[in-house]
Amino acid sequence: MTIATETVYADKSGLGWAVSDVLTIARRNMLAIIRIPTALVFTILQPIMFVLLFRYVFGSGAIATNIPGGYVNYLLPGIIVQTTIFGAVGTAIGLAEDLQRGLIERFRALPMARMAVLAGRTVSDLGRNVLVLIIISLVGFAVGFRPHGGVVDYLFAVLITLLFAYCLSWGFAYIGLAAPNSEAAQAMTFPLIFPLTFVSGIFVPVSSMPGWLQGFATYQPVSEVTKAVRYLMDGSRAIPTHGNSIWVAIIWSVGLIAILGPLATAKYKKVA
Amino acid sequence: MSDFAVEANDIVRTFNDGDVQALKGVSLHVPRGEVFGLLGPNGSGKTTMVRILSTILSPTSGTATVDGFDVVKHPDKVRRRIGLAGQYATVDENLTGFENLRMIGSLNHLQKSFVLIRAKELLEEFGLTDAAHRNVKTYSGGMRRRLDLAAALVAGPPILFLDEPTSGLDPQSRQDLWTIIEGLVEGGTTVLLTTQYLEEADRLCKQLVVLDKGTIIAQGTSQELKTRLGATVLSLSFHTTGDAARGIELIRDVSTKPANVEGTVVELTVEGGPASAAEALRRLDAADIALSGLTLREPSLDDVFLSLTGHKTGDELAPSDAETRSERRARA
Repeated sequence: MTIATETVYADKSGLGWAVSDVLTIARRNMLAIIRIPTALVFTILQPIMFVLLFRYVFGSGAIATNIPGGYVNYLLPGIIVQTTIFGAVGTAIGLAEDLQRGLIERFRALPMARMAVLAGRTVSDLGRNVLVLIIISLVGFAVGFRPHGGVVDYLFAVLITLLFAYCLSWGFAYIGLAAPNSEAAQAMTFPLIFPLTFVSGIFVPVSSMPGWLQGFATYQPVSEVTKAVRYLMDGSRAIPTHGNSIWVAIIWSVGLIAILGPLATAKYKKVA
Repeated sequence: MSDFAVEANDIVRTFNDGDVQALKGVSLHVPRGEVFGLLGPNGSGKTTMVRILSTILSPTSGTATVDGFDVVKHPDKVRRRIGLAGQYATVDENLTGFENLRMIGSLNHLQKSFVLIRAKELLEEFGLTDAAHRNVKTYSGGMRRRLDLAAALVAGPPILFLDEPTSGLDPQSRQDLWTIIEGLVEGGTTVLLTTQYLEEADRLCKQLVVLDKGTIIAQGTSQELKTRLGATVLSLSFHTTGDAARGIELIRDVSTKPANVEGTVVELTVEGGPASAAEALRRLDAADIALSGLTLREPSLDDVFLSLTGHKTGDELAPSDAETRSERRARA
């Protein structure tokens, strides 16, 4: 067989290549989200179901909050955080699948940046979260959510959510690499995401929980991030001390990635 | 620059903290521009060797160079010179054939406009033009393998590693792949191929190495190995074990190799093919021993192993031990 053309390499710096590799992998992952029907349902339909469920089933008077505008204004900031955390499950599943199918093996024999597989995966999940947050915001407005903090505060809140979700996704990357297959990866994330999202201030005020749960529910990172997002979105400054929660959320995010990033990286070097 | 495309010296690789020895000191010298075969059953260490040479895995000890570059010291230089395609057809199911090639081209750091041209060329060459914009999920096994091979060729590497490229394929797809591989070698590519099929090694490989439990048990040209083995296997089925015992005494000297007896079936490796079969029949007929069946066939890998090691490929093997995690995962 003869291939007519001579191989032509492109000219870029080392860093340029690393960025290009990360984007190549991220783009490939984004395409998968669009093409796998179950992934699309998981990504887009599920958060909408959560909004509708809590807005109309649990939210019609069953849950008491002192927030102006009622439960829907309490719920939406929480749903925004919850959705991005549920989305991180996709990080674990996607990586486990790539590993299982031998794709990572192929990547390892290519002259690409080593870290592009993990970074590309977390970046594509960040991209998916942006998409999901736009959808959730639209659905939220449609069911009566009215943020009082202004556009800048709203975007700031979204940024904090995205930052936290991105940092946390490195932990889910670790799970994906440690799991023997994608089904197990999914199963392994549940014991993590359920306490983090439901034993928190996302859906109900922590004060309504039994005393022994309140300590964890108040101070675990997802609650802290939810507090910050709510503080920026409700605009009422209902609880003044929540102003600090912005810093607490950022510190949690940076702290998590400082630990989870190297953990996932080390795991990647070991298993792939 | 080294005379050899691939050179490996005394490669040892252990897994599970030394509990499993997948390779126990394997040396290879692969000349440029030909197909070199690694023949062996599951768990013999073939895939581990390919993973080491393609920089996926580091050797526990020993050194290896590919196109003159050390796989441990200069992995990036090695990766620019190799293509890897394998039995698990590692293409992305959620992308189209064209998108797969574009992704691999981009990760090989090739120029965008060049990748488009090369991808089109390869898809056409491998009969995938019509399927180029279909999701790989809809591809047949043979199409996946061809795409996998095309992906390995995007960067036009001088050296190609093919890990059991035809295992599990139907005969027609296998033929197609063989033709492609032969074409590549004509174009100057060096191919290191692993296989479980003697027929495949015989058809494609100039030289080959037989691996068993992480050790080389034979090497040479395919012709040399076949000569050592006897060209054909004559299999005779008798009606009773008594007949078989009497018969084997009569025909033993038709073959220069010891006979393999299993119940009423006697197998001999013979040089003369049909002539040897006719000779055996004449002697049995003269002694009034009737046969229930007779076949002449090409020696299989089992025959090679029986002849070289005295055990069949399945004996005393624990492939799952010698396999790495990812190999098991891939199969699951």
